[in-house]
Amino acid sequence: MTAILTNLFDGVAYGMLLFVLACGLAVTLGLMNFVNLAHGAFAMAGGYVCMVLVNRLGWPFFAALPLAFVSAAAIGIVLERTLYRHLYTRSHLDQVLFTIGLTFMSVAAVDYIQGSSRVFINLPAALQGQFDVFGVGIGRYRLMIVVICGLLTIALQMVLAKTRFGSRLRAAVDDPRAASGLGINVPQVFAFTFAFGCGLAGLGGALSAEILGLDPYFPLKFMIYFLIVVTVGGSSSITGPFLASLLLGIGDVAGKYYVPKMGPFVIYTMMIVILIWRPNGLFGRTAAR
Amino acid sequence: MFDRKQFSRVAAAAAIAGLAAVAPAKAADSVKVGLILPMTGGQASTGKQIENAIKLYMQQNGDTVAGKKVEIIVKDDAAIPDKTKTAAQELIVNDKVNFIAGFGVTPAALAAAPLATQAKIPEVVMAAGTSIITERSPYIVRTSFTLAQSSTIIGDWAVKNGIKKVATLTSDYAPGNDALNFFKEHFTAGGGEVVEEVKTPLANPDFAPFLQRMKDAKPDAIFVFVPAGQGGNFMKQYAERGLDKAGIKVIGPGDVTDDDLLNNMGDAVLGTVTAHLYSAAHPSQMNKDFVAAYKKAFGNRPGFMAVSGYDGIHLIYEALKKTGGDTDGTKLIEAMKGQKWESPRGPISIDPETRDIVQNIYIRKVEKVDGELYNVEFATFEAVKDLGKTKK
Repeated sequence: MTAILTNLFDGVAYGMLLFVLACGLAVTLGLMNFVNLAHGAFAMAGGYVCMVLVNRLGWPFFAALPLAFVSAAAIGIVLERTLYRHLYTRSHLDQVLFTIGLTFMSVAAVDYIQGSSRVFINLPAALQGQFDVFGVGIGRYRLMIVVICGLLTIALQMVLAKTRFGSRLRAAVDDPRAASGLGINVPQVFAFTFAFGCGLAGLGGALSAEILGLDPYFPLKFMIYFLIVVTVGGSSSITGPFLASLLLGIGDVAGKYYVPKMGPFVIYTMMIVILIWRPNGLFGRTAAR
Repeated sequence: MFDRKQFSRVAAAAAIAGLAAVAPAKAADSVKVGLILPMTGGQASTGKQIENAIKLYMQQNGDTVAGKKVEIIVKDDAAIPDKTKTAAQELIVNDKVNFIAGFGVTPAALAAAPLATQAKIPEVVMAAGTSIITERSPYIVRTSFTLAQSSTIIGDWAVKNGIKKVATLTSDYAPGNDALNFFKEHFTAGGGEVVEEVKTPLANPDFAPFLQRMKDAKPDAIFVFVPAGQGGNFMKQYAERGLDKAGIKVIGPGDVTDDDLLNNMGDAVLGTVTAHLYSAAHPSQMNKDFVAAYKKAFGNRPGFMAVSGYDGIHLIYEALKKTGGDTDGTKLIEAMKGQKWESPRGPISIDPETRDIVQNIYIRKVEKVDGELYNVEFATFEAVKDLGKTKK
């Protein structure tokens, strides 16, 4: 029983992490209809910024986390204004080629600057180890991930559903022409959204260094996971990717624990089954855009 | 497509055959060593260490041997066997190298093997560690190690030192399976029991569920083999999950605690016992000098890959000395057989029968020395041959 609960907890933590990493992609892909395969590069940028701040400059971990967000968002907005916006109207193939090229460039750049070996972020002692709750082992670090990501998800959902900006964004996505006719500054809304998605990825990258490992190949290694989350979750809202992340996280952990021989395939099997059942993802729109 | 590929193969083979025919007649003043290494990609640290070590050796010993100037040509194969093969072809046909050397991973070393045989030039393997490699060409010689060497030794050591139940966690690829099988064979032969066997995917993002399974199996120790880069993640999650407090030790071949990464792994790694060929803390004077010179030149600690490269270029130098500068490949490989010398890792030699390395395997424990983490050697198994081959 306790093993089940420990696994469930690990699965939730892993799923939450996947969600923070991938939800920016859900926004750009689903809401802005832009295929951004370089999403992982922003996550990596955030991770490395956090690593440099904590390990080299001696910042406390919790102070470096917001900066991981800010710096990834800043890189995001610069690239959006200079490069990405020219590609919004281009075909998906062009977008894929451009962003995959960007990914390779980021890999080479980080490899050149920081070296190719895996890096770790020095964690405060308070975040290390596990504690027992009625025999269920709860990792401190994973608990922190669950808390941070849980709060973020609620905040995101509130912003999208309740605020003026959220309704502007949804309007801009549904019909950019009509939205700009109504006085909504569509490019600005998109730029802000894009940057925010990149920021979240940066935060995710910083958080994931401990669990997934951080090296220059991060954007390529985890691209598949991000895409699985978005395809399984559907890209019309953030609830979809959120539930998909949780499902995949729990499924992956449980699969590896109970059937270790099949472990690596569980996540793919789940994806295939879900997509056969619902080709547009769990919460996809019925009509393909 | 097929035709073109086939044509290029035939052309390359013809070119190599042509080269082999003229090679003995060629008397140049320089000796060229084609170094094929992963300089980019996930294995890049291997490539960098070997390249650094070779540079260091040539700084210390000069670039002239037996009247010939030694020239190193580095090619990056990113550990992809197809690229290795192309690079080897270019080096042999265009650059007319006298040696090919390097090879970060087993598939890369195997891809170049038929070319070494055809061109009759020595292939000096400085990293890749599966047993079969040297059997694939009579021109292959190895200065690194085989996984059988360290895995059998740690298996023997574990049974004798009160470890009865072991759970294994190995990466699911050739070297991982080699490590697992050799360990299991020796460990169970000595009376040990493997209670849990988990193979993790090579691109494994999260060890948590596997480690939880290990913890619930309550073994005395976990036998671990993961590619060098993942060792740190493994050790961190091992500690996070409290396996260290549950009294479960980590044992394995020394790849997990590679000197290259060891110092960044955190204190969780303290007490890990591994069997391996080299530790930067090896107490010989020669090694102290080597470590000091390497640190001074490149700013970090040499790992076992650096030593393998250092010894590889030494072997090339010695072979040239023995042939008096004759660059005939067959004579060079003969000259390499049975070479014996003192390396920073300790005394080593080249087995004249298998052309594989014979070396001491040390049992080491991770300890803190002057505030840094080191593998401190405390037991030695002398002159270990590659046990992966002897039974064939």
